Amino acid sequence: MMNQIVRSISVVAASLFALSSVAADDAGQIKVVNGSVTIERDGGSLTAVPGARVLQSDTLRTGANSSVGITLTDNTLLSAGPDSVLVLERYAFNSTTHQGQLDAGLRRGTLSMVSGKLAKQSPDAVRVITPATVLGARGTEFHVQVAD
Amino acid sequence: MNNSVRAGILVLIVAALAACTAPPPAPSTPKTLVVLVPQSGGSVGAVSVKTKQGEALIDRPYASATAAGGAPVIGNSSPSQVQQVFGAAINARPQPPVSYTLNFLEGRDEYTPESRAVFETILSELGKRPTADIAVIGHTDRVGALEYNDRLSLQRTDRVRADLIKRGVPERSISVAGRGEREPLVATADEVPEPRNRRVEINIR
Repeated sequence: MMNQIVRSISVVAASLFALSSVAADDAGQIKVVNGSVTIERDGGSLTAVPGARVLQSDTLRTGANSSVGITLTDNTLLSAGPDSVLVLERYAFNSTTHQGQLDAGLRRGTLSMVSGKLAKQSPDAVRVITPATVLGARGTEFHVQVAD
Repeated sequence: MNNSVRAGILVLIVAALAACTAPPPAPSTPKTLVVLVPQSGGSVGAVSVKTKQGEALIDRPYASATAAGGAPVIGNSSPSQVQQVFGAAINARPQPPVSYTLNFLEGRDEYTPESRAVFETILSELGKRPTADIAVIGHTDRVGALEYNDRLSLQRTDRVRADLIKRGVPERSISVAGRGEREPLVATADEVPEPRNRRVEINIR
């Protein structure tokens, strides 16, 4: 009985901790998954499913014939085509002031972006970083490809 | 120091500077292509393109820029090229977020008759979005004290949350906040009744 109580307390404590740590780095949510898509986080790898949270520092990888769509908490829409590597290098968004920063790294593949509230607030708040360029989004819709 | 030593030092400095400013050998940098497209509303924004060798701005529909280690090169793309290169990424784009407003009777957490119909529209929209994140934000007009209106705005969000849950919306997908009289839709003097400010915004992502 005592053991059960201790166990349930620690489960509650662990889930509270999990909730708070998710809230701190929470960047958005996976909405669309086609084919095989993984989220790399803290050295591990998860299968991406619709509804899964996306956190700052996550890396998303899409396989051949695969794609993924993400909605960030500032309403930015990010979607990546096949054989893509997308890193959420930096994400911060204050839902009251709309201040913050989004740095999305596209290492390879294709990315389609519809910018959200961050880009309306400040011209340098939303950037896409590729091996050759730094792109600054000024409230807009655009596509990026990184190819060898 | 004699002149020939001076000249020698100068040559070394110039050589060192030249080494610093020479473009790095970057044949292996993968090529970046960026294409600006009109937004669904028809407006076109702009994208700044920065590389180590230069900077450019694209601000016309289907303007493109390419770069692979050198300065960006401006060009033109087309809807058919966009579809060919980016079709899969575009097809994976999530539905754009939508917002609704529910209005309330004065001093109460009861919907206006019109807003009852809006509530049904919200439910049908949620039916199309299985992974919806729902932010419910309550507001009041400026009749009454600040603290009273903070409580009233939360009563209104709680009402909306309870009604959503009653109709099968998962509780964990709903977040609520009360802003009281701080963010009026229509600016008024204090203590002025304003129906448009008695509202709950529902942002669905």
